[in-house]
Amino acid sequence: MLLAADDVRRAITRIAHEIVERDRDLSALAIIGIRARGDALAARIQSAIRANEGTLVPIGAIDITLYRDDLTRIGYAPVVRESEIPFSVDERVVVLVDDVLFTGRTIRAAMDALVDYGRPRAIRLAVLVDRGHRELPIRADFVGKNVPTAPGDDVRVHLAEVDGRDEVEVVTRVPA
Amino acid sequence: MKWNRRHVLDTDDWSRDEIETVLDQTRAMIEILQRPIRRAPPLRGRTVILFFAESSTRTRVSFELAAKALSADVTNITASGSSVDKGESLYDTVRTLQALGGDVVVMRHASSGAPYFVAERTDAAVINAGDGWHAHPTQGLLDAYTLRDALGDLEEKRIVIVGDVLHSRVARSDINTLLPLGARITLSGPPTLIPTAWRCGQLPHSVTYESDLDLALDGADAVIALRLQRERQASGLLPSLREYSRVWGLTAERVARMRSGAPVMHPGPMNEGIEIDPAVAHGTRSLIEAQVTNGVAVRMALLYLLAGAGTATPVEERA
Repeated sequence: MLLAADDVRRAITRIAHEIVERDRDLSALAIIGIRARGDALAARIQSAIRANEGTLVPIGAIDITLYRDDLTRIGYAPVVRESEIPFSVDERVVVLVDDVLFTGRTIRAAMDALVDYGRPRAIRLAVLVDRGHRELPIRADFVGKNVPTAPGDDVRVHLAEVDGRDEVEVVTRVPA
Repeated sequence: MKWNRRHVLDTDDWSRDEIETVLDQTRAMIEILQRPIRRAPPLRGRTVILFFAESSTRTRVSFELAAKALSADVTNITASGSSVDKGESLYDTVRTLQALGGDVVVMRHASSGAPYFVAERTDAAVINAGDGWHAHPTQGLLDAYTLRDALGDLEEKRIVIVGDVLHSRVARSDINTLLPLGARITLSGPPTLIPTAWRCGQLPHSVTYESDLDLALDGADAVIALRLQRERQASGLLPSLREYSRVWGLTAERVARMRSGAPVMHPGPMNEGIEIDPAVAHGTRSLIEAQVTNGVAVRMALLYLLAGAGTATPVEERA
């Protein structure tokens, strides 16, 4: 196990502090989670900021399926879920949130989707786990934990909202 | 999600899972249509051919907007309008479609079954946009979406379909789409415009026929009025349009017999004053404009499901 429930909680609290320190103007801030686990993390960061600062930062959820660069390479149409961004992103500082940062392709897709909603003043990236092996020039601004992994490893994030418990584990592929 | 269809020809053999998959994807597509930039990229580089051999404006425009909202290229083929000589001429068209290399062919045709003929002879995915009296699956799906959006779960909800059921592909597709979702359907209309077997009691399960529209509407959860083709009078199936309007027209008093707030729908284009009163068509219970908007989203969902992904052989999804 990489992160236990308490580690997840503390990582989110720390990220919430870092976000506030980076952009003191909370009125321009918005947090948008990438489905399916980034949106749950976004809600937790929102409540952590509220607990510390007393401000309720708006949150949204974005689905990146239609923006994937490998759509034409997979054999079936993956499920598209509804994006929910109930505020204008124009001139806001948008913090994108995802569970694991790996190749960076999901983040590229999320940024493409996000600019279809308007022109944010800045886009920042918060992730619970950065496991390396980037394929695009993308880095995270706020990281819960950096984890060296092998390309074939599987980093599994479980969150109570989706999976019934908080836990992050790395499943190492054992060479046959 | 359960989806492995190559064409959308009719919903008569669809499972509840498949219908719900399309309706769920439709919800995501509605959100795209509400964005400042109403466009997403999944069909970039794909070509959608609109082949309308029978006149249609709203369905064709709806498909065109749907294809463009998903970034597809759109080409139109309109038939000359001459009487359709199925066989040779349709076969020639199929060969042209094949040569053009479209990824999806959306077709409307006056002959029932024509989309099946094309689907067997082309590599493209075929979507039936209405064939003869047979089927109009995208209308059935958009009506199901609109009803589910207004009423929630359709289990045990009673939907009235009134008008020319006999010649209506919309009625047939509505029945085929709403029944698997658990709805019950009451048909109403002049006996001459109801299929004989249905009028005589040989109805599909959960469908009833009620020859008195007022009784049909009592306590109903929604009503769908069908378009009356004016030429039906000439063919002797109706005494007069005035009589039709008086006996079968949806008026405010009739609509008030339904459950409080029950919605009114119509596939369009409407003959206002004949099958539906203008006050009802544009009243607070009318979902007729919502049907038009939802129609674009339903067609986006189908185009995405048929052409959004690449190869025919599934490969493992990457993380």
